[in-house]
Amino acid sequence: MDWTWLHRLGSPRWFFQFSRQLLPWTAVACLLLLSTGLIWGLAFAPPDYQQGNSYRIMYIHVPAALLAQSVYLMMAAAAAVLLIWRIKLADTALQSCIPAGASFAFLALVTGAIWGRPTWGAFWVWDARLTSTLLLLFLYLGVLALRSAMEDRAGAGRAGAVLALVGAVNIPVIKYSVDWWHTLHQGASFTLAEGPAMPASMWMPLGIMVLGYHALFLLIFLLHMQNGILKREKRSSWVRQKLAEAGISSGHKTGSGGTSGI
Amino acid sequence: MAFDSFADFLSMNGHGVYVWSAYGITLLVLAGNLLYPLFARRRFLQEESLQRPPEKSSAKTASEGEEQACK
Repeated sequence: MDWTWLHRLGSPRWFFQFSRQLLPWTAVACLLLLSTGLIWGLAFAPPDYQQGNSYRIMYIHVPAALLAQSVYLMMAAAAAVLLIWRIKLADTALQSCIPAGASFAFLALVTGAIWGRPTWGAFWVWDARLTSTLLLLFLYLGVLALRSAMEDRAGAGRAGAVLALVGAVNIPVIKYSVDWWHTLHQGASFTLAEGPAMPASMWMPLGIMVLGYHALFLLIFLLHMQNGILKREKRSSWVRQKLAEAGISSGHKTGSGGTSGI
Repeated sequence: MAFDSFADFLSMNGHGVYVWSAYGITLLVLAGNLLYPLFARRRFLQEESLQRPPEKSSAKTASEGEEQACK
């Protein structure tokens, strides 16, 4: 089998060019999916027979919670690649997962709390699902803190990677928390065996929102990746060339105009 | 359409406060996530363009010689 594509993926320069081609498509997909999902979910989906309209928080709560976990798995995968093969780009990828991942975990907690108030009568309970999701947020913040706590950049990256890997144990705990313990949080509404436990007019906008959140994450991730690559490789000839091109197009007086070049 | 009027849509049958605050916070956080890397890029490019002299040909050799002190 030809593995050159994998090696190319590890090349910062190749990744930078590839991400530049991917970005506009991702942005368009993100805009279309999120606007469709939002309008459909907020205005057209029927109200829930028990929860009324408060269930509409689901359209932002479920994708945030889902992404918080899958982004964590992606970060843990990058951590494994970094620890095993010491690929620099994996360190940049790990770093680029943190802001969006932590934000999704935060949003899952906050939107869940707001939804819990009219539904359960409480913003917060120390329930297994909620507590393990709070731990997820702290894991993201812990990796971030570890990375910035040490002078030695490579060492800090590896320490953060170890924490990210160890913390991955929490992911199955979050997923199965509603089955393992008696929780106030409801169980999964979507199972492969039984299909969605709601009508299509309710789950279709949710599916679109989930796709839209994926596109949004990819967009945020690629922007961070590009920044990380530019900073890390700023002494390499290809980045210098790009900076020079951007500098010339901005004329050095306006300063801001050049940013569109890169 | 699940609502009879726009006022009905805003009030969400009494759940408006919860629904709209959840959506508002989400919008703020996600917009921040998109804007932050864009501003960071801009700042980085401005810093870099300040560090190097405008002439392209001489810029390469000049900045290559001096070890950029920061980081």
